[in-house]
Amino acid sequence: MNSTWLHEKKNRKHMIETRRDVFQAIADPVRREIIGIMVHQELTPGDVAEQFNLSRQAVSKHIQILTECGLLKVQIHGRNYFYSIQPEKLSEVYDWLDPLKDIWEARFSQLDQLLKKEKDKKQKTILKINSTKKL
Amino acid sequence: MISTSGKTILSKDLENKRLLIQRDFKAPIETVWKHWTSSDLLDLWWAPKPWKANTISHVFKEGGKWIYFMEGPNGEKHYALFEYHEIAPNNFFIGQDSFCDEDGNLISIAPSMHWNVSFKSAEFGTRVEVVISFQHESDIEKIIEMGFETGFAMAHDNLDEILI
Repeated sequence: MNSTWLHEKKNRKHMIETRRDVFQAIADPVRREIIGIMVHQELTPGDVAEQFNLSRQAVSKHIQILTECGLLKVQIHGRNYFYSIQPEKLSEVYDWLDPLKDIWEARFSQLDQLLKKEKDKKQKTILKINSTKKL
Repeated sequence: MISTSGKTILSKDLENKRLLIQRDFKAPIETVWKHWTSSDLLDLWWAPKPWKANTISHVFKEGGKWIYFMEGPNGEKHYALFEYHEIAPNNFFIGQDSFCDEDGNLISIAPSMHWNVSFKSAEFGTRVEVVISFQHESDIEKIIEMGFETGFAMAHDNLDEILI
């Protein structure tokens, strides 16, 4: 019985270790937002909690997961823990061009829509002119 | 008619510290040019939703500037400035893109980028080529990081679909 329990405990520990990969880290929307904020600055868990209106406990959990998978690095200054992003790790998930590509794609599809609107408008004007001519 | 919605080609040329972006649009050069060079039109498409571009001032002539900010869904504001160095109507414009504060003062820690945006006739309309050059290789990483917030905010929904 005891050995089964030990075995299970060992198994569970193994599971926890393997589940900490970068994909799991960014699967959660809150963690993605935390990453988004942290690319600009080092933050303490208190700062994060404030920005997201989350409990310290919830933030600790997210930060722990992000740290375990290597996305965040901690630096301790006195009593404060400052976390910062490890960009190399992030590039395991993304080709670093991907976010940029998303931005340009979104931009361009908006421009496509505008150009189409303009074309429709022109066509309508031509139709109007033609129908006036016929009259 | 077959719809030929453009495909965005984005490539990096790290050796020459350049990013290249190419895209075809189904409209005549003059129309596409107008959309790239009038601030009231740029405001409508330059920022990827849910972000919004807002022009503060725009002088489209050599030596002139476009000062604008990108406004995020949570009220974040990123100010930027584009200075026009050379303009050849319906052909190309060249300039410098920088991050600035709300008064248009450059932020020195952020890298500036040199842009060359050119317009050519293509089979179905207009081909736009954007070449963004950086001074240092590390500048590219900085730009990616700064763009990351925007990209991430946008990509949320897509990511959810991929990951869950």
